[in-house]
Amino acid sequence: MNSEVKNTRNTRKFIVSPSPHFKAPFSVRKVMFVVTIALLPALGGAIYFFGLRSLWLVLIAVATAIGAEFLMNLAFKRPLDSCLDGSAIITGMLLAYNLPPTAPLWMAAVGSAFAIIIVKAMFGGLGHNFMNPALAGRAFLMASWPGKMTSGWILREGLGTTSGINVDAFSGATPLGVVQKIKGIGDVAVAEALNSPETLKALFFGRVGGVLGETSVLLLLIPAVILIVMRVIDWRIPAAYIGTVFLGALLAWVFKGTPVTPWFHLMSGGLMLGALFMATDYSTTPVTPAGQWIFGIGCGILTILIRLWGGYPEGVSYSILLMNVATPLIDKYTRPKILGQRKKRKERK
Amino acid sequence: MITFRGGIHPPEFKHLAENKAIEVMPPPRQVVIPCSQHIGAPAKPVVAVGDEVKVGTLLAEATGMISAPVHSSVAGKVKAIEPWPHPVLPTPVKSIIIEAAGKDELDCAIKPRSEAEIARLSAGKIREIVRDAGIVGLGGAAFPTSVKITPPRGVKIDTLIINGAECEPFLTADDRLMREKPEGIIQGAKILAKVLGLDTAYIAIEHNKPEAIKVMTEAAAKVWPQAEILTIKTKYPQGAEKQLISAILKRDVPRGGLPFMVGVVVQNTGTAYAACEAVTQRKPLYERVVTVTGPAINVPKNLLVRIGTLSTDVAEHCGGLKPNATKFISGGPMMGIAQSTLDVPVIKGTSGMLFLNDKKSLFKIAEEVNCLRCGKCVGVCPMGLVPCEIARMGEYEKLEQAERWGILDCIECGSCAFVCPSGRRLVQWIKYGKTLVFAERSRKKEKK
Ligand code: SF4
Ligand code: SF4
Repeated sequence: MNSEVKNTRNTRKFIVSPSPHFKAPFSVRKVMFVVTIALLPALGGAIYFFGLRSLWLVLIAVATAIGAEFLMNLAFKRPLDSCLDGSAIITGMLLAYNLPPTAPLWMAAVGSAFAIIIVKAMFGGLGHNFMNPALAGRAFLMASWPGKMTSGWILREGLGTTSGINVDAFSGATPLGVVQKIKGIGDVAVAEALNSPETLKALFFGRVGGVLGETSVLLLLIPAVILIVMRVIDWRIPAAYIGTVFLGALLAWVFKGTPVTPWFHLMSGGLMLGALFMATDYSTTPVTPAGQWIFGIGCGILTILIRLWGGYPEGVSYSILLMNVATPLIDKYTRPKILGQRKKRKERK
Repeated sequence: MITFRGGIHPPEFKHLAENKAIEVMPPPRQVVIPCSQHIGAPAKPVVAVGDEVKVGTLLAEATGMISAPVHSSVAGKVKAIEPWPHPVLPTPVKSIIIEAAGKDELDCAIKPRSEAEIARLSAGKIREIVRDAGIVGLGGAAFPTSVKITPPRGVKIDTLIINGAECEPFLTADDRLMREKPEGIIQGAKILAKVLGLDTAYIAIEHNKPEAIKVMTEAAAKVWPQAEILTIKTKYPQGAEKQLISAILKRDVPRGGLPFMVGVVVQNTGTAYAACEAVTQRKPLYERVVTVTGPAINVPKNLLVRIGTLSTDVAEHCGGLKPNATKFISGGPMMGIAQSTLDVPVIKGTSGMLFLNDKKSLFKIAEEVNCLRCGKCVGVCPMGLVPCEIARMGEYEKLEQAERWGILDCIECGSCAFVCPSGRRLVQWIKYGKTLVFAERSRKKEKK
């Protein structure tokens, strides 16, 4: 190109690259690392509430996820080291967090492998999957081994009962399981026990039965708030999701559609884990701000519908999966207005 | 505080040069003055090899409506007229090479106008002066100023904004100019306002320049009390025309349109100062303030540099490069253009010379992985675009879709790529897509 140029004096060459020449030090690896750290308190909680077995479940799920990602990278000729970018670790952790504490260890491996191989890698890997891999893995396990996935709720000895209340009929049930059972009966005494401050306290701190990662509101909320403040995850989806569930539960409570208070609904089941860590998954949620609101509100409505009228006691994971599927459509119809396309604004004086 | 929607807060790095007073760089022994330093038709040389020129002598004249003349920045002899590497254009550009000799003498046409003379100048005459002085937008875009202050027939301009935002990190040239020549800038604003038939102007300064705000406010009170100094929020890209207008006036320039369509003219502070000098001193644009900065230059400075000075000479004057310099950017880090060599000259649009190393991850070229669909780029885009999507459409040449999604509205500010955790080359793919869209358009036009 410069053949016709004479008399130039310099031989020193610099790197030429397109602008910008400035990049926020915020990479995929960092995001994933920070989210992994944020998930650790819940793991600590799981070990404390359910015993050391929780740790093995998580480790097996994570190891399987990394291994599966590695193999799929080999198969699809993708960069091999991306199995360590942290996204597989998070998928493994979240998958394990969705297992009952008594789930056989092989289920952690099977679910995790399904999540990575079928849900993530087959659709193009990082960023291309349209469903949350961990939730899809859980749904797969639910469909294949429903018995193992919906029973075996335990607590470490001396921590109380899994339902959070001392009623023998409900030993070995989760708090929402109890709600589901008394829905038809309308047992006032049990409802009162469920709404007692002790039960709410147990829910908040996590001393109730449930899947590994979901039981302690506290251990999920604090790290999630930190992530939001750090702007790693967006606040819109959790706010819309939790807000909608609260409103729905409030309406239901006022109109006697549910035996428990909205607070109970917020703190029980997988709502916090789902709203804070799974409905905020980047790849499977809308990119537009308006879309994020719609996504959160949609998840909230579905969750409430399933909890109040569905056949399952809990609906968080199916709600999120359904909204995942709707995400491309939501994104398409919630494009922000381009500057100059907005309608006339009120002018400054 | 006054601001626009979206945007980012990159680290500023202004401390490197903001407290360095503007230093006059002595004329170099050779300058290379490209005939094309502006948007529009290149200027046509009116000198021949061997001609003697002085500082400010016309070297090449404007050709056509959108064009600007260029002037000599040294006194000496025209040594050659030949292609030379250019900091903005991709291929070498016809340039006039002048060897400095003898005394650094001004052209005899350069002499001050008296107050009375200035007062008598008509709007048309001032436009002519600005055009003949070769003044172009000094913020970087280099659009001929005389064209900008000549609104099309029937268009009423009701607002003049002098842009002192200087939102690019590292750059401090406008800041220094405002602190050191506030009266000239305000005088220039007054002159430009007069041309547009206005008796007031906004002067917008980001709130990270408190000293400039103070000095300018004082100067305005003295020179032209009708000028209103506005403090605007420090946020990138606050200084982009459409964002500035949206922030200050809450008017949106229509898609694909220009500021005059909403009755606004925006001029950079440096441009206003140049206009003042052209009118009051009869001085053509042959020098400008350039911020020479970055972690890889030994002594960061704000320099008054003659147009055509080679980057080598400027770097030398600033103590030379550090051995670890990896990148040389003409302009700021967000929108500046990476140069492969120090051979390129300083031109009218050169607001800064930035030397980077790869010590900090901020300056490193990020590893690119798949888009995570995190939506961060959408949140920061000041134009309200969905960068991840339009970049993908550009990359895969889905041109019609890209156009519908507003690829041509992108101002290439780089905010999206700055925040992208995946290190996606968003701006690169958007530019690529734009180029294809334009190529397609001109192909269609030819067919018709
Ligand atoms: S910021 Fe990057 S990773 Fe996130 S959506 Fe935009 S392009 Fe994708
Ligand atoms: S899409 Fe264009 S206008 Fe929007 S942030 Fe990216 S570079 Fe800036």
